[in-house]
Amino acid sequence: MSKTLQIRGLRKVYEAQGRSVEALRDLTFSVEASELVCVVGPSGCGKTTLLRCIAGLLEPTAGEVLLQGDRVAGPPPDLAVVFQEYGRSLFPWMTVRGNVELPLRARRLARDRRDELVTGALAAVGLGDVHGAYPWQLSGGMQQRVAIARAVAYEPHVLLMDEPFAAVDAQTRAELEDLVRAVWRRTGVTIVFVTHDIDEAVYLGQRVLVLSSSPTVVQEDLAVDLPGDRDQLTTRSDPRFTQLRTHLYAQIQQAKRGGQPTPPASPEGLAASPGG
Amino acid sequence: MTGLARRVLLAAGLPLALLALWWVASADSQSFYLPPLSQILEAFASTWLGARLVDDVLPSLLRLLAGFAVATVAGVALGVAVGSSPRLRATLEPVLEFLRAIPPPVLVPIFILIAGIGTTMKVLVIVSGCLWPILLNTVEGVRARDEVLEDTCRVYGIRGRARLRHLVLRSSSPQIVTGMRQALSIGIILMVISEMFAASSGLGFTIIQFQRGFAIPEMWSGILLLGLLGVALSLAFRGFEDRVLGWYHGLRRAERGPS
Amino acid sequence: MRTGRRRWWQGAAGLAGFLLLLELIPRAGVVPDRYLPPTSRVAGALAGELGRPAFWAALGDTLAGWAIGLALAVGGGVALGLLLGSVPALRAATSSTIEFLRPIPSVALIPLAVLLFGTDLRSKLLLVVYASFWQVLIQVLHGVQDVDPVAMDTAHSYGLGRWARIRHVVWPTALPYAVTGFRLAAAVALVLAVTAELIIGSPGLGKEIAVAQTSGAVPAMYALVVVAGLLGVGVNLAARALERRVLAWHPSTRREAAA
Repeated sequence: MSKTLQIRGLRKVYEAQGRSVEALRDLTFSVEASELVCVVGPSGCGKTTLLRCIAGLLEPTAGEVLLQGDRVAGPPPDLAVVFQEYGRSLFPWMTVRGNVELPLRARRLARDRRDELVTGALAAVGLGDVHGAYPWQLSGGMQQRVAIARAVAYEPHVLLMDEPFAAVDAQTRAELEDLVRAVWRRTGVTIVFVTHDIDEAVYLGQRVLVLSSSPTVVQEDLAVDLPGDRDQLTTRSDPRFTQLRTHLYAQIQQAKRGGQPTPPASPEGLAASPGG
Repeated sequence: MTGLARRVLLAAGLPLALLALWWVASADSQSFYLPPLSQILEAFASTWLGARLVDDVLPSLLRLLAGFAVATVAGVALGVAVGSSPRLRATLEPVLEFLRAIPPPVLVPIFILIAGIGTTMKVLVIVSGCLWPILLNTVEGVRARDEVLEDTCRVYGIRGRARLRHLVLRSSSPQIVTGMRQALSIGIILMVISEMFAASSGLGFTIIQFQRGFAIPEMWSGILLLGLLGVALSLAFRGFEDRVLGWYHGLRRAERGPS
Repeated sequence: MRTGRRRWWQGAAGLAGFLLLLELIPRAGVVPDRYLPPTSRVAGALAGELGRPAFWAALGDTLAGWAIGLALAVGGGVALGLLLGSVPALRAATSSTIEFLRPIPSVALIPLAVLLFGTDLRSKLLLVVYASFWQVLIQVLHGVQDVDPVAMDTAHSYGLGRWARIRHVVWPTALPYAVTGFRLAAAVALVLAVTAELIIGSPGLGKEIAVAQTSGAVPAMYALVVVAGLLGVGVNLAARALERRVLAWHPSTRREAAA
């Protein structure tokens, strides 16, 4: 199976005023096509730095990011990002429709195709009836939906999401999580989802990568063997869910204490224990 | 009293009362310097609502508009260039701070030296005064653009002209419009000054001639006209601002939250 | 800080480059040097000016007019702003009048000033006070509007009279705005002071510049323009320094209300 995304030996050192800070030491993992991978880790472990390197917004000090075999050196055309600060990533002088359409216009798609994609994307996120509104007229959750619709209409191969629901209330977050899974299953896009919320990571992901604290390496690559059909009520009360999140929580605590385990050579899953 | 009637009364009340007071207080005026308002209004009608409108007022306004337009285009273009480059900004900052601190009227003699007393001089004077607020405000606006928006443009491949239009210009437009508003006030002042100082035609020239010839009611009517022009241009600009920055006002209202 | 020092060098280089350009352009014949004397000649004229007692007298006249006018404008603007802002009925009644009077260009008063006061200091003050007053008033009104209603209610419920409320609640909120208004007014005051000297002939730098221009002393004229510019820079820097000091201990996070 072709690996859509490969990160090899990624290293990022920030130089500022004579001091150097090693944000990422050595990150190596890969993501298969149409996988939904979540990335968690203690605060300050460089989750955002990692995402920016993958997106081509930041140049790594060493190592490389391969997107479908091609080296990433600058934002690639088939990759989209949903940022945490939805208010600042949408253009306030454009309507919802305008915002979703802009990347497609930059790509010089024909008008019919553009309309088709925009209408489809807005319908997919449930915003079909507010396409004429301005972003600041909408609630936070709806604004983030617009950002997601923009990414969906862009038809990327890889979608990166940088703690997109951190600034949204719990009720809305649950809806948006389900939305992400729905969009993912419909379009088959590969998703790398960065979050600090462990529950969210387990609920959403097929795999969860745990990053250590700075200088960062991949501490664990956990397979989430929950059923493919998930919903907020039943999945979260599944005993397996609780097991996984407890394990993750312990991992993060260890990462915070600065435990430096050697990065695993191959993804290891937690063997399902019989019973509960 | 209904809400609308109340608002109209509040808005028009004091101005009308002041006008009435002026009319009554000056009605019997024997003062040379302060003729009755009725006389001033008569002079207004006979002086300005005729050929002079086309001969003097219109050219003045056109010069103002021309100077303002040139200053806007140049100010925005230079402002984008300087604002986008931290190095350029740091290098040019002292020079720009000095040039903008020169009181614009002081440049009138210089421009007269270089360009005589014709239309070119007047337009140059207006440009020289209007340029700075627009340029400096554009630099501020371009400098302060949002990083998240910039990342968004990079990710979604919004480059070149589209990026210039959406990321740079549109997002700086609140600042640019502020600069334009300041420039308009300065432009009006310079338009009049350039004509008062040394000219052979124009609004400012005409008014000064009245004053020198002691045609007092006509002079007052000229002052009145200048006042009306100032107000009219200000209103026109506000209309322009509402159209261009409608989204910004809405955004600020939403940010301030329900109150 | 390293970056701070680097910027200093760049700025100095930019300034040096600018002066060099102005030296070379007239010498190379690109612009006739009787219109634009090279920097060295202007510098020489500047040195000459500095040795002339009449120059210093003129500088003093300009500064005096500026300072007195500014003081009057700030005093009046703050007082009226606080009064209007604190009494909602007054505010509502005068709002339209202010909006109407505000855009009237100060230059409209030039003929009147000449008529009433000639070239006296008072004609300069008329222009300076009129123009600067509005800057201060508008800012103070914005400041009063920014007062936290909860704080006002609290003060009211504690039995603080109107005057006490203004002192303890309104004034601290309005202070940063007043200081911004002062900064804007200071710049405008300088422009109008020089304008009055230029057009009306009141004693001061502007008059010296006009005299230099008519008598063909071109390098001296440019030297005086440079002085005017430096004066402007000085006024800007002093006003900004004052603003920083006042705002340093004032925990205000508001943005400047667009002037």
